[in-house]
Amino acid sequence: MIDNTTEKLTKIVAFSINDKEYGVDVQNVVSIEKMMPITRVPNVPTYIKGVINLRGVIIPIIDLRSRFQIEEKPYDEHTRIIIMKVKDKRVGLIVDLANDVIQIDGEKLESQPEIIGVEKKQYIDGIMNIEDRLLIILNIEQIVNVQLSKRNEGGM
Amino acid sequence: MEMNQYLEVFIEESREHLQNCNEQLLQLEKNPDNLAIVSEVFRSAHTLKGMSATMGYDDMANLTHQMENVLDEIRNGKLPVTSELIDLIFIAMDQLESIVESIASGGDGTADVQDTMDQLKTVGTKGGLSVPDEGNRKEGKGKIETKEESGSLKLTYDSYERTVLEQSYEQGYSAYEITVTLRSECLLKSARVYMVFNILEKLGDIIKSKPSVDQLEEEQFDLDFTVTVLTRDSKNDLVKKIMKVSEVESVSATKIALNQLQNEQNKKEQSIPQTDRVKKRDTDTTARGQTDAKKQKGNLHKTIRVNIDRLDELMNLFEELVIDRGRLEQISKELSHPELTDTVEKMSRVSSNLQSIILTMRMVPVETVFNRFPKMVRQLARELQKKINLQIIGQDTELDRTVIDQIGDPIVHLLRNSIDHGIEMPEERIKKGKPEEGSIELKAYHSGNHVFIEITDDGAGIDREKVLEKAVRKGIVTEEKIARLTDKEVYDFIFSSGFSTAEKITDISGRGVGLDVVKNTIESLGGAITVQSERNRGTRFTIQLPLTLTIISVMLVEIKQEKYAIPLTSIIETAIIKRSEIQYAHEQPVIDFRGKVVPLIYLKDVFQVPGEELADDFLSIVIVRKGEKMAALVVDSFIGQQEIVLKSLGNYLTNVFAISGATILGNGQVALIIDCNALIK
Repeated sequence: MIDNTTEKLTKIVAFSINDKEYGVDVQNVVSIEKMMPITRVPNVPTYIKGVINLRGVIIPIIDLRSRFQIEEKPYDEHTRIIIMKVKDKRVGLIVDLANDVIQIDGEKLESQPEIIGVEKKQYIDGIMNIEDRLLIILNIEQIVNVQLSKRNEGGM
Repeated sequence: MEMNQYLEVFIEESREHLQNCNEQLLQLEKNPDNLAIVSEVFRSAHTLKGMSATMGYDDMANLTHQMENVLDEIRNGKLPVTSELIDLIFIAMDQLESIVESIASGGDGTADVQDTMDQLKTVGTKGGLSVPDEGNRKEGKGKIETKEESGSLKLTYDSYERTVLEQSYEQGYSAYEITVTLRSECLLKSARVYMVFNILEKLGDIIKSKPSVDQLEEEQFDLDFTVTVLTRDSKNDLVKKIMKVSEVESVSATKIALNQLQNEQNKKEQSIPQTDRVKKRDTDTTARGQTDAKKQKGNLHKTIRVNIDRLDELMNLFEELVIDRGRLEQISKELSHPELTDTVEKMSRVSSNLQSIILTMRMVPVETVFNRFPKMVRQLARELQKKINLQIIGQDTELDRTVIDQIGDPIVHLLRNSIDHGIEMPEERIKKGKPEEGSIELKAYHSGNHVFIEITDDGAGIDREKVLEKAVRKGIVTEEKIARLTDKEVYDFIFSSGFSTAEKITDISGRGVGLDVVKNTIESLGGAITVQSERNRGTRFTIQLPLTLTIISVMLVEIKQEKYAIPLTSIIETAIIKRSEIQYAHEQPVIDFRGKVVPLIYLKDVFQVPGEELADDFLSIVIVRKGEKMAALVVDSFIGQQEIVLKSLGNYLTNVFAISGATILGNGQVALIIDCNALIK
């Protein structure tokens, strides 16, 4: 939020889950990959689907549908893994569809109205209306951190 | 040439000299009359001073200067060696170390050293000697050769160079041939050459050198080299300034007269007649230098310094190769093309050799960690007023660099533990009929695929009752159980978190954050720690560490559709048992393995593996161990043994239960590595 207002123009990667459009700051995106074999990791929360081998690096994968408590659907040819870099952590996010990269004006970012309310507010930076597209801007740092602390509380 | 280029050399050398000082000072304390040791410390201090002054670290130079003065008085017998004096010098050494470390981490090397300097000064004057001034010291500086123009030339000049010389003379410059001879023990000759060049370049222009600059940089010379400089400074200034560079044995300068140049030309390639004095001195030095240099060359050129990052990079690249090798092996097996199989096999052999070479390249002697302990033990012993003799054995034992980096702190902790809790006060020891001086032995040795580090003291041993009392109070164990516990089980309680048996909290240890942290660190390195103790006889901590971390041998197993890797170092053997052999002890399935009752662990349950249950009369089991305890892991099938590259699950997935990491298989998929230590309670 603070970042977006000080730095007016940013690029975001837009993707969809359950026909809703989301965006993450392009600076956090390492690459967008097609679906690949995932090795399950036991005894972790269900939204962590496991790990993949991305060109020799092991990367944990989070299913965003599962994370947002939306009903999961089988992966298809549109399913993408967005590899994100958050500080020193790398994670991959499974999304239904990766759309495009768009330039946004950070000043147009509105805070999240209460009514949207399916997702928890803490990892949403705000929403934005661009040419009749409603984009939910995610705070990826929050997503990873919140999840991490939750997982640890889960008594591993 | 840039100064930065030599910063690394400076830091590296400073550390070596500081370490040398530390070691010698400890020796000195034991043999206060041995002046050879003082001289050795003095030499190191002197070199440090010279280096730091050249690099412009004034605080460091000033401090070493004061230290040197004190040492000088010790050497001249004006100051007796006392523990207090050694303490003071150690304080100065500590400060020097922290200055060097701050420089190493990009600092400017300034520090507040006034206090220590004052103290050193006071000690110095108490010794009754006025501070000796620069000129009196003969150690560092050789003789200054001042010869007038009569010297003949060592270098020959071509017509172009002569023209340059002639022109510069017309502009009021003088040309000198300066021959610098380095001390025979000088190790980083090119660094010294650089320093000399640096000074000369400030004073004038270097037009020629012999050997050539390239050869000098590559240390392709014995001990002396000659440069021709154009300058307006006087000869004496030049010589004096060069003498400031440490490890310079002697400097001689000869002014080049223009008429000499003409003569030289006439003589062409004739051997150069010299005045006897110069010639004699030079041949003397070179002759001596040559033998020394030859000896050194034998040792020097066998090793090179390589940046650790490069080795890491090499290792990473090799890891990728190992993964591809696995893939190739699989493909060739599937295709069963004889020539392909042949080539792949050959490649596997070569890469195994390559692997062992790379791994040994990363090995570092434990000495690099151990060498800071004598000083630390001495200081602690003094603080606690105990008498302790530390013995270090096997410091040549080598370990992977990554292990070395992390093993220091746990050992420090165990040593502190031994000094604080283990070794008794001298009076108490005498009462017990032990020698007044306690001894601690730090020992490292290889055994199989592991390196062991033992810390043994002859102190009070672990008090079983005290440990039990504490364990009950902390709720680690219930009162009913304690009677049945073996000593070993009791001693293991000291590794539980939040456990500390110290009656009073001291600075040294016993803050309750102790041994469990040690244990975690060691286990995270894939190692294990055990303790043995006997009342009033002493305690021994044994740390077992893997030789290397990144490439390990595993047994690949299959559990339903999933593949897991079990480190070979944990495996005792694999077996197939009948379902009917399973017995039950309190709901816990166990089997009889060579007369021992071993608990059975179904990995499919531990890892909640999805998929169909296989109803088979036979079970494949892998017997694994952790110390003396064993467990039988039930898997569906064995795939085989394989070398794999250990990879972490990343910073996001830390602490997954019973999984220590992952690896990439030949088909590009990820397999998880089972942490057997977590499965055996």
